[in-house]
Amino acid sequence: MTVLLEARTISKKFGGVQALKDVSLTIRRSEIYGLIGPNGAGKTTFFNVLTGLYARDAGEVMFAGKPLELGSPHQVAQAGIARTFQNIRLFGNMTALENVMVGRHVRTQAGVFGAILRTAAQRAEEAAIRRRAEELLHYVGIAHRAGDLARHLSYGDQRRLEIARALATEPQLLALDEPAAGMNATETAALRELVEGLRADGLTVLLIEHDVKLVMGLCDRVAVLDYGEKIAEDVPAVVRADPKVIEAYLGTSAH
Amino acid sequence: MNRKTIGFILVALALLALPLVLTQVGTAWVRIANLAILFVFLSLGLNIVVGMAGLLDLGYIAFYAVGAYVWALLASPHFGLHLPFWVILPVGALCACVAGAVLGAPTLRLRGDYLAIVTLGFGEIVRIFMNNLSAPFNITNGPKGITRIDGFSVGGLDFRATDTFLGIDFTGPAKYYYVLLLLLLGVIIVNLRLQKSRIGRAWVAIREDEVAAKAAGINTRNVKLLAFAMGASFGGIAGGMFAAMQGFVSPESFILHESIMVLAMVVLGGMGNVWGVIAGALLLSFVPEFLRYTVEPVQKALFGHLLVEPEVLRMLIFGAALVLTMRFRPAGLWPEARHQKEMGEMKEADA
Ligand SMILES: Nc1ncnc2c1ncn2[C@@H]1O[C@H](COP(=O)(O)OP(=O)(O)OP(=O)(O)O)[C@@H](O)[C@H]1O
Ligand SMILES: [Mg+2]
Repeated sequence: MTVLLEARTISKKFGGVQALKDVSLTIRRSEIYGLIGPNGAGKTTFFNVLTGLYARDAGEVMFAGKPLELGSPHQVAQAGIARTFQNIRLFGNMTALENVMVGRHVRTQAGVFGAILRTAAQRAEEAAIRRRAEELLHYVGIAHRAGDLARHLSYGDQRRLEIARALATEPQLLALDEPAAGMNATETAALRELVEGLRADGLTVLLIEHDVKLVMGLCDRVAVLDYGEKIAEDVPAVVRADPKVIEAYLGTSAH
Repeated sequence: MNRKTIGFILVALALLALPLVLTQVGTAWVRIANLAILFVFLSLGLNIVVGMAGLLDLGYIAFYAVGAYVWALLASPHFGLHLPFWVILPVGALCACVAGAVLGAPTLRLRGDYLAIVTLGFGEIVRIFMNNLSAPFNITNGPKGITRIDGFSVGGLDFRATDTFLGIDFTGPAKYYYVLLLLLLGVIIVNLRLQKSRIGRAWVAIREDEVAAKAAGINTRNVKLLAFAMGASFGGIAGGMFAAMQGFVSPESFILHESIMVLAMVVLGGMGNVWGVIAGALLLSFVPEFLRYTVEPVQKALFGHLLVEPEVLRMLIFGAALVLTMRFRPAGLWPEARHQKEMGEMKEADA
């Protein structure tokens, strides 16, 4: 299997807190890669550095064979990494459809003049954006809510909408930050099906998750962060048996 | 013909006949109508920045000033230049556009209150520049302003004089009214089209959640600059028409009060909704003028003499009306459809 993403010695400090310390990890194409660890371990910080929202102190990322420009989030999206947020961040006063249409921004180009003059190219692009957004809403299973404001959707649907918006950017790597948090069993099962479907369609998924059962069942490989350091990286069965992991994470939550 | 078409034709006819009717009441009212249209123009420009992109701009009138001074300098005896409108208006829009980008660039990281303070300062800086750029080279003629500015003219048609056409007298202001109406139509179409476009969605996305917008692939720096530049160029065109109509510009016309007025129009009407903003601008333009003409006679009739100065009472009523609107319709009189929905739901929830 080829390597899609290779993070090398990523470090990030907030004042006195070392949120990430020399974190290196390798994600292969078409795998579901889990990132777990206790609260405050630095998982979300890793996402934020990876997607260019936080400036890193050190380290670099190779993505699809090229160094990833971590300076600006939109370039990361352009390069093919899309993400969702731990605390859902939607465009609340836009409809579900519009939210997904925004995701197409990075793959389209119509500008101000095209819009003002309604050129043929602009209208064709606009129609394509809409069509693709509708398809994606359908794919994540919330086509019936297309016209509703994002903030009026149920919690589970909002999570799905965020995934649809991320997919609209045509990513190679989809990074999900605790997508199952706050979901009930049915919603979690549906989410799991969705993520498996994504992988079947050739996408690579990076998954932060607290739900141990979900992670162990879904992921091909798992990395464990503890106090900003990677303490393990392997297939779930091995990670699960790792004494360091048990001490740091599973030991405290699985008794 | 369906009802929509008929309604559209009726509105168009009413708008076309309006200056003729107003001329009967008094030419002053046609001038008031013209200024009202300019304010609609300005509000629609500011709506891009504040309403769509959510960037609170308190110095917007600076772009109006830039447009007005560009016209004044390129079409007056001050420099002896007398360029035609089709040169000046685009140049004015371009200068305002550049000014917009100049304001936008250093404020990209700011939001909310901080942005408001910087833009407020920017508006004042532009006005103070206009006031002081008279030495060592006399560019703006300082506080005295620039006089004898050329009016608008197309071919041989002079927009200052009265013309008779089909037996009807068209005064200067009435003719300006039609030019402004035409320009306004263009501005409305541009606004509506932008709103439903890739760029318009990006603006709203930034307003809703800038971090999410970035992560979703929007180059927020460029898109915000674009909002500032687009909004400013509207202001520049309005400023040019203002200079042409008045024949005189001075820094006094571009004080902070004007920026706040335009902002009030956008907020009162309903941020983000083109029709709401237009309604807000018309309301805040006409109602104070209406009060100006009625407050004095009404008091005289009621009490025999003047109790409260018209100007004082005018601002009092005006302020009260604004407070009441914000209390009972916080999203504006005619909010963006999405906000409207939300208000409706709030009512349901109350019941
Ligand atoms: N913007 C910030 N400013 C200061 N400190 C921060 C910031 N973001 C994260 N931290 C700190 O960095 C550490 C790692 O936080 P992070 O959010 O990455 O943890 P996490 O693994 O995602 O935890 P959780 O499972 O609770 O989401 C924590 O100590 C946190 O307080
Ligand atoms: Mg987290």
